Amino acid sequence: MSAHTNDTALMSYEDVLAAFDPAIGLEVHVELNTASKMFCGCPATFGGDPNAGVCPTCLGLPGAMPVVNAKAVESAIRIGLALNCDIAEWCRFARKNYFYPDMPKNFQTSQYDEPICFDGWMDVDLQNEAGETETFRVEIERAHMEEDTGKSLHVGGATGRIHGADYSLVDYNRAGIPLIEIVTRPIMGAGERAPEVAKAYVAQLRELIVALGVSEARMDQGNLRADVNLSLAPKGSGTLGTRTETKNVNSFRSVERAVRYEMQRHGAILSDGGSILQETRHWHEDTGVTTSGREKSDAEDYRYFPEPDLVPVAPSREWVEELRGTLPENPTVRRARLQAAWGFTDMEMRDTVGAGALGLVEETIAEGAAPQAARKWWLGELARRSNEDGVDIVDLPITPAQVARIQALVDDRTVNDKLARQVFEGVLAGEGSPDEVVEKRGLAVVSDDGALGAAVDNAIAANPDIADKIRDGKHAAAGALIGAVMKEMRGQADAGRVRELILEKLG
Amino acid sequence: MPEITRDEVAHLATLARIDLSDAELDHLAPQLSVILESVASITGVAGDDVPPTSHAIPLTNVFREDVVVPGLSAEEALSGAPAVEGNRFSVPRILGEEA
Repeated sequence: MSAHTNDTALMSYEDVLAAFDPAIGLEVHVELNTASKMFCGCPATFGGDPNAGVCPTCLGLPGAMPVVNAKAVESAIRIGLALNCDIAEWCRFARKNYFYPDMPKNFQTSQYDEPICFDGWMDVDLQNEAGETETFRVEIERAHMEEDTGKSLHVGGATGRIHGADYSLVDYNRAGIPLIEIVTRPIMGAGERAPEVAKAYVAQLRELIVALGVSEARMDQGNLRADVNLSLAPKGSGTLGTRTETKNVNSFRSVERAVRYEMQRHGAILSDGGSILQETRHWHEDTGVTTSGREKSDAEDYRYFPEPDLVPVAPSREWVEELRGTLPENPTVRRARLQAAWGFTDMEMRDTVGAGALGLVEETIAEGAAPQAARKWWLGELARRSNEDGVDIVDLPITPAQVARIQALVDDRTVNDKLARQVFEGVLAGEGSPDEVVEKRGLAVVSDDGALGAAVDNAIAANPDIADKIRDGKHAAAGALIGAVMKEMRGQADAGRVRELILEKLG
Repeated sequence: MPEITRDEVAHLATLARIDLSDAELDHLAPQLSVILESVASITGVAGDDVPPTSHAIPLTNVFREDVVVPGLSAEEALSGAPAVEGNRFSVPRILGEEA
């Protein structure tokens, strides 16, 4: 526990900005959603019984030979193309040698100086204080293929972490699952917005990965893992200072917080005449601090060399162009297009995207609902249900076509908004289609003048004072009579028609 | 071909987690140097038209389809492990390195 408590000196954020220019660099590991592992036919899923998804290849047993998963190469190329990268005409895998039991081979098969994708960029959207969108270009140095490692469980010691552990237990189900590591060039010039740029980059990268369909991309599940590099240089010097690398920052918010924290920590050390130790640091989600990991030293000398057991990968230009044809619309471009078509404000659009409902709203509109109606139901009633039930909004048992149908029932005055909520309830409870729910629950509003007229007469008789006001021309008072009619009709009256009847009778 | 120094051999031994005594270093460093020089003689044979290569056979793009094939059972996977706990490989704690 004491490793987490921290009396590290921090400089105020304003003082850091006054004296220094930050540079950030992000390394994001994306775990691909292939069926099998990178170099063998074991399932690329983990979490099952320990060591039940392994074979001689991913256990590194003598004589086992790896063979590259074609689908993983395809996903790597598609990620590279979506990030505006060049795709190597010829590249090799390399062995990254290190001694740690999470890789039983004593090396990780990765790529070194010949990544499959290189020299790309991504335009990151930021909101300024006026709520307008500004673009910040992040340059991508490389995206390369590698394999995930096994999962260690440290036994003994006070914290469950490796420090003080007596021994470790290793599950190799995850070892060999395909990973794509995406590395940015140093991002300079972001100034005070550096933490925000880092967060927006990771969030937008995740959105792109989801649109490509190449990974589950869940940060909380470790499908997407970010390492955050940060350095400070004297303001205006245009140089790069010594960096630290904060590992495994596993939420967008933490990316932002980790950058900010490291800026303040570096600032305090540098302004005190100290120097930054180039090291790996660990992010602590609970306390919001980083602590020292290991120094970059001899242990970082990985003695990379070309992997002799795998032949080079040389994607034909025809294949690359074919894959370029499979790219989804860039998420940023798509958002801008939909927002213009729907007439949403920036805020409405941000909320829709944030709720994970963009595709659902789009489909609902395609089924005939008005954009604002589609947004209202998904971000209101359905977002609430998704929160309450702890179910992703896309997994709610209702389709965009059903939402559009319910709105159509509102539009043709079969139900009003209040009754529509009961229709949603019925559909979500599996009672059938919206029309069936209306039928079974008897939810249709009454617009028949005979039934409504009788209820209106009752309301007038029961509220003579209000009726007099309306006779005197105070039409706003009609609301109270409508309420009385609604009560009598158990909410199933057509409010518009009731209002017309009241004014006819008292006009 | 540059000769490999005693310091370099000591560094490599550290990286490879091989514990060499001073006497062993004195004995092995010159030997490794001779081996490297012998291998380097190949460069004298290869003409300028022979580029350095990591792979002897000019093959590329050997792929497998993304299909799951049965591997080992946990029991089989763990059968050679010196120590096992809860179907996991039990390994000594690692000093001075991080998870």
